[in-house]
Amino acid sequence: MSQTATVDTYDEDMQAYGASKEFLTITIADQLFGIPVLQVQDVLGEQKVTQVPLSPAAVSGSLNLRGRIVTAINVRRCLGLSEREGTHKEMSVVVEQGGELYSLIIDEVGDVLNLKDKDYESNPATLDPHWKIVSMGIYKMEGKIMVVLDVPKLIETIHA
Amino acid sequence: MDDLIAEFLTETNESLGALDVDLVNLEQNPNDKDLLSNIFRLMHTIKGTCGFLGLPRLEKVAHHAENIMGRFRDGDLEVIPDYVTLIFESLDRIKDIIAELEETGQEPEGDDSELIEKLDEVYEGRDVHQTGGGANGATPPPQDSAPAEEQSAPANDQAEEDEGESQDSDELQALFDSIEALPPDQIQDLKMPHEMSEEERAAKRAEALAAELAAKEQATAAPQETPKEAPAAKKEEPKKEEPAKAAAQNNAPPAGDKPAVAQSLRVNVDVLENLMTMVSELVLTRNQLLQILRTQKESEFSAPLQRLNHVVSDLQEGVMKTRMQPIGNAWSKLPRIIRDLSIELGKKINLEMLGAETELDRQVLDMIKDPLTHMVRNSADHGIEMPDERAAAGKPETGTVILNAYHEGGHIIIEIKDDGKGLNTDLIKEKVLANGLASQEELDNMSTQQIQQFIFNAGLSTAEKVTAVSGRGVGMDVVRTNIEKIGGSIELRSIEGKGSTFAIKIPLTLAIVSALIVEAGGERFAIPQLAVKELVLINKKSEIQIEDIKGVPFFRLREQLLPLVSLTDLLNIESQKIDLPRAEPPSVIEVPVTEESAVEDVPTEDSMEEDGAPEDEQLHTYTLEEAEEESDYIVVTQIGAYLFGIIVDRVFDTEEIVVKPVSKILKDIEMFSGNTILGDGSVIMILDPAGIAKATGKAEGAETSDSVEEKSAYTGDDRTSLLLFKAGDGAPKAVPLSLVARLEEIDLASVEYASGQHMVQYRGKLMPLVTMEGSPPLGSEGEQPVLVFTEHEKSMGLAVDEIVDITEAIIDVQVAGKGNGMIGSAIIEEKATDVVDIGTILKSNDQNWFKNHDDTPYGQDAMNGKKILLIDDSPFFRNMLSPLLKMAGYNVTVLDNAMHALKMREKGESFDLIISDIEMPEMDGFEFAQQVRSEESEWKNLPLVALTSHDTPEDMERGNVVGFNKYVAKFDRDQLLNTLSQTLSEGGAA
Repeated sequence: MSQTATVDTYDEDMQAYGASKEFLTITIADQLFGIPVLQVQDVLGEQKVTQVPLSPAAVSGSLNLRGRIVTAINVRRCLGLSEREGTHKEMSVVVEQGGELYSLIIDEVGDVLNLKDKDYESNPATLDPHWKIVSMGIYKMEGKIMVVLDVPKLIETIHA
Repeated sequence: MDDLIAEFLTETNESLGALDVDLVNLEQNPNDKDLLSNIFRLMHTIKGTCGFLGLPRLEKVAHHAENIMGRFRDGDLEVIPDYVTLIFESLDRIKDIIAELEETGQEPEGDDSELIEKLDEVYEGRDVHQTGGGANGATPPPQDSAPAEEQSAPANDQAEEDEGESQDSDELQALFDSIEALPPDQIQDLKMPHEMSEEERAAKRAEALAAELAAKEQATAAPQETPKEAPAAKKEEPKKEEPAKAAAQNNAPPAGDKPAVAQSLRVNVDVLENLMTMVSELVLTRNQLLQILRTQKESEFSAPLQRLNHVVSDLQEGVMKTRMQPIGNAWSKLPRIIRDLSIELGKKINLEMLGAETELDRQVLDMIKDPLTHMVRNSADHGIEMPDERAAAGKPETGTVILNAYHEGGHIIIEIKDDGKGLNTDLIKEKVLANGLASQEELDNMSTQQIQQFIFNAGLSTAEKVTAVSGRGVGMDVVRTNIEKIGGSIELRSIEGKGSTFAIKIPLTLAIVSALIVEAGGERFAIPQLAVKELVLINKKSEIQIEDIKGVPFFRLREQLLPLVSLTDLLNIESQKIDLPRAEPPSVIEVPVTEESAVEDVPTEDSMEEDGAPEDEQLHTYTLEEAEEESDYIVVTQIGAYLFGIIVDRVFDTEEIVVKPVSKILKDIEMFSGNTILGDGSVIMILDPAGIAKATGKAEGAETSDSVEEKSAYTGDDRTSLLLFKAGDGAPKAVPLSLVARLEEIDLASVEYASGQHMVQYRGKLMPLVTMEGSPPLGSEGEQPVLVFTEHEKSMGLAVDEIVDITEAIIDVQVAGKGNGMIGSAIIEEKATDVVDIGTILKSNDQNWFKNHDDTPYGQDAMNGKKILLIDDSPFFRNMLSPLLKMAGYNVTVLDNAMHALKMREKGESFDLIISDIEMPEMDGFEFAQQVRSEESEWKNLPLVALTSHDTPEDMERGNVVGFNKYVAKFDRDQLLNTLSQTLSEGGAA
């Protein structure tokens, strides 16, 4: 049911050193996103989600994670993307925010990457306004660009 | 060290709480030795620990306060309120210092010398009470208190030194307590040889102290002999054994059976919460295992799983228990508050606390603490009168406030009762008008109880002047809001001049509630059982269907029109019930509902049965019910007093659910109060009935609870529930619904003709069918609507053309009937309607209708000619009751106004009995009764029967108080007649 990805807390020295940061990469609509690894609690496969009537569109429901209730968030909707077509196995990343758990439903979960600070850049001015709010900046990688997802912001925008 | 201080702080706070209570007790029972030594010990512990931790300010205050308590304990200082106040002052100082200490970790700077001086004054006998001359006989004059002190002071000092050495005051205290175990002849000189063990020394010293104490006790007990008292005490030396023993018995239990100290451990609440979550998860896993086990016929796992099952259940219960605390914890401050109040206000108030051991969830406890304190203050401040007022009112000078807590169902009921002056309705009315909460007209139509409810509105305080205590007009509304916030309710009963009672009903725990699981639009939801009054199943075969007015659904639940709201519509979810593929199709038809549901004659085919407690709330086997399709359930829900129905697709079972707060991003949805995880592991939302009520357009708060009053008013004098039907000529007819036993459709083919009238077999008996005058004769086939009237064992059916509606209306008979079975015509629902005098019609068809009941006493000759005065402002009831009474053989005089009745009294008319309505204009029944019962009244011994549709216990109580002998419900003809004959025969015998 739930498969915990190997997300180990890396050497704290590395963090303090500041030369690089670790991100769990996820893919949404073929775009690569990164979530700071320390924010990630769990990675889940398909879950039985209870719909919450009258909830904001971005909330797809609630689920039970080992006795705790987790609010499932459809990140595609948060980013103003259309629903995913066809049937896919749903994946989600569980994060904790303000003492509560949220499960971010995304398309795919990738690896944990160690990214160098020198590759970081703040949000390009032309970035989609939807995205700009929830992006903490980007990392240039070989052949692709990774958007750093600002999880607290993402959740905040739903609340509004 | 920090840890030590933290530990000290929690411990001291607890001790101080206990001290507050003990001291108030002490003031009331100054001679309670147990209490004294207990207080002394607590203070001493505080002092000792402060010294140990290096908190000089605290230590000093505690030390000086302890000194006085030492004198209390030694019995050479009388416990009087002034001294207790002083001790309280010291306690407050200690609390202040501790509060600061808690915040900053430092003992604050400050000067306590003034307080200490006051304390020392008392200790050294320099204060007013002790030096004020022998005026007060009970206070020992300084001459003898001084030597006594000299004696005790060194002993005390020595004892203290000892403690200083050992740092273990408890041990010493234990010794102290055990002194009486030693034979008195071991009393020796205070100078102890050094070779004696410390224990022995302490014991001996303690012994000596006890003896001294006993001697001094005697001395103080006879203060008149004061000048020679000390020597007298010495002379009594040989007899000391006795007092010593007596003192010993009071003082402390023998060393052997010292009450075992409860072992306790401080645990962080978070740890408990966590534990709770994990246990819930464990329960869930167990349930899944058991589910799997069930699919397997024989498994070697079954035995261990059963064991696991039990262990987990016990574990769950145990963890739940850790959250429970006795309600007494929330009360510990109250005695002090009452005491201070009574001194401040100059009142005499006695606080009784019953059921302090009743346990409830900590969380709930925290939330009711403040409302409770406020209400107790209120009772003391507003409720209890000044002693002279009380005396003038013929009450004992000391007022009583009673706090009572007990369990009832899954709830805890807390009553706050005072025997004070009650609520002043006129004053409330004034305030209500001043605040524009209601118009004069509205007020006139309200019952006293309704008016009293206004005190729960913001900005309404009945205290004439604002005191420091209360009267600022914030309060009761906050109290109610707070209580409702935790799913509780508050009720108020008050009789002017007699006192008020507030009853708070709150759930035992917020964490776990019993909830009804329902389904709508393929999703399951939980509705807190507390709000669910009743369940109604409606399907094609049901007699009463859901009706709608411009698309808004309604349902006729008995005589009430119940507003309905569909959960699917409300939550904007699509109904997908029929083709919804579900993993498990749980559905049960028998639903456990709250006790209120056990109502007879529910107009549905489905009889709701009260289910026994499910053997295991999480483990239900669901059975698919075939009749399920095409049926709806109405969950009749009550919020405050607002009754409405929620239409759901299915109703499952009740489950004990663990309420978890909803996520922040969902908390704005008013329909939900939380969410929970069900036994099968799925998350479901918990509906908030208050939120739904709000969404249905019914505002929260004041209005909701008033609507109940409205409803009860409707069934009262003004409004009557009427059944409208058509029969005979075209005009609509009306008959009070309460007279109609049932509505039936009778197949005309089954109507037979015998003994000159139409009959039908009905419920195993023959029931005559009658028609209204002018109706066409009964047909021979088809369905015939029939109103069934029942009198004793007899039933009679009135065939009507059509049953139109049930309505509530004011019957104002405008055109009197011409004796053709009509009381008269009235405007009902904007149409001229004939109000039918059912009694006459039935009687004209069956001469024996009201008679021939051999088993009933009425109609006996003895009753003939008894004169009865009937007072009722409603012409309808006058017209209905007076023939009835006449038929029963009474001589009836009918009046429409109580004032007229009093005029008749002045004229010297006399009656055997008076029947009076309660709610009447100008003078209501209560007032009338008071007039009748007044001293100079010639009617003061007449039996008085109250006639009302408000037969609530409060009303009855009030009725009894003002002098009604009996209370009869308006429509209960039998009861009325029985009561009359009974009252009359009692009256005759008396």
